[in-house]
Amino acid sequence: MLAKTDTVIHTNDLNIYYGDFLAVRDVSIAIPNNAITAFIGPSGCGKSTVLRCFNRLNDLIKSFRLRGNVQYHGQNLYAPEVDPVEVRRRIGMVFQKPNPFPKSIYDNIAFGPRLVGYKGNMDELVERSLRGAALWDEVKDKLKESGTALSGGQQQRLCIARTIAMQPDVILMDEPCSALDPISTLKVEDLLQELKEKYTIIIVTHNMQQASRSSDYTAFFNVEQTPKGRTGYIVEYDRTEVIFQSPKEQATQAYVSGRFG
Amino acid sequence: MALSNQQVTEIKRARSPLARQLDSGFVWLTGMFAVGVALVLVAIAVRVGWEALPAIQQFGAGFLTSSRWDPVEDIYGALPQIYGTLVSSLIALLIAMPIGIGVAIFLSEDFLPNKIQRPIVFMVELLAAIPSVVYGLWGIFVLIPILRNMGVALNAGLGWIPLFSTRPTGPGMYVAGVILAIMILPIIAAISRDALVAVPPELRQASYGLGATRWETLFKVILPAAFSGIVGGIMLAMGRAMGETMATTMVIGNANKINPSLFDQGSTIASLLANQFAEASGLQISSLMYAAFVLFLITLIVNVLAELVVRRVRMKV
Repeated sequence: MLAKTDTVIHTNDLNIYYGDFLAVRDVSIAIPNNAITAFIGPSGCGKSTVLRCFNRLNDLIKSFRLRGNVQYHGQNLYAPEVDPVEVRRRIGMVFQKPNPFPKSIYDNIAFGPRLVGYKGNMDELVERSLRGAALWDEVKDKLKESGTALSGGQQQRLCIARTIAMQPDVILMDEPCSALDPISTLKVEDLLQELKEKYTIIIVTHNMQQASRSSDYTAFFNVEQTPKGRTGYIVEYDRTEVIFQSPKEQATQAYVSGRFG
Repeated sequence: MALSNQQVTEIKRARSPLARQLDSGFVWLTGMFAVGVALVLVAIAVRVGWEALPAIQQFGAGFLTSSRWDPVEDIYGALPQIYGTLVSSLIALLIAMPIGIGVAIFLSEDFLPNKIQRPIVFMVELLAAIPSVVYGLWGIFVLIPILRNMGVALNAGLGWIPLFSTRPTGPGMYVAGVILAIMILPIIAAISRDALVAVPPELRQASYGLGATRWETLFKVILPAAFSGIVGGIMLAMGRAMGETMATTMVIGNANKINPSLFDQGSTIASLLANQFAEASGLQISSLMYAAFVLFLITLIVNVLAELVVRRVRMKV
């Protein structure tokens, strides 16, 4: 078992390549425990790419390469003996587009626990996960119905419930509200505040208000043109109120005040 | 701001009457095509049924249970052919289904670099383009010698099992089954592959994101999501196998008998038609039409059953 530390994920001079192309450079960041960290920045700046490094989802892309390291509670996630499957069980992910399985609501939640041979009471776990995602009251009478029949906002909360059911340590969220209406978005944001009691959350968002409302820490990414393409990097990383009220960098100030991006 | 009269006319008449007529004309035209295709099907069924009427009146349901095909006495029954049709396509499915789905899985995952994968996909699909008479010839000159040796060995070792109880002589039910399996393999592989590729990549990511391995993702998410497409491909293949004529006729032996041994010779409805139609007359023609009508119905039943299976599974997931 890994020792719990105040820093959950720590990267040091992380460089991410697709083939020869340097997509993101020099990422050094420490993600604190039980807090919400937001990644903001213009499109193509590598926020999602960095996020996907944290649960090794980029492994699915063949040309993906990484230099530097990503430490999770002090363990290098890219060490050869690390099993990406095990990493993803501890570091869950919620995607931009709600992606429930074409299975019943119940089976959507039970999918992950069944993979790991969950021995406890599945009904209880399903209920607890759905309550945790503030969805229980809306779906408790139709657990056998297909998850894909829910509204977009409900689907996204179902995906969050599905992630919680794995009892992860960290939840990565890649623009979880970008496909949702404002009311569903608020529900998910309220949910984030509850979730951070138990989990460490990293959220990529294009929504400035969302970042300033919900997060404790914010990393501002930017992108620069290089001869080979556009490379992203972190401009500034600090407590959210600092980033939004008194950032050190001009570019951050310009971005959060809406003057560019 | 209210619209002026002129603007109102513009809104109402922005497109010329001709353009609108072309529009509705196109809807009509495509509608006619769609109905036309359905009508052709109905017309064939009616015509075949009509031609079969004398035989239906003469033999009734007994046609389906009688093994006698006697042009001299004008007494006909198609049980051996119905049996042969079902057995040969069943053998074909049993062989082609696992291989075809396996090929589809292999060619839809990223096991191979694109440069190798594309030509292989193309070649598998090309199997479907080989004329069936070529399959028949290949069956006679290549497949039969190979299969006969294997058959002889099976018969010697496991001859007490009814399926292997006769000594293979060359052509036979088993050769037809294997030839049909090769012929329907590309259909199953190509359609299943399309179904697998069409599964949204988001589902794959969701599964990986929850800590599923590649195999868990494949068997618990991707295959179930592609299930209806795969069943559709299998049914299409089954229809093809049951109706396939030339290759079957060339390798099945065309014997009017039912023998549980796969090494014995047999015939199918399609091979019966191919063999006899040219020289038939009178009630014999009508009986052949009756047999064709039965084939029609079997195919229909298979398709309806497939649809039911797909619906059942959809309800469950």
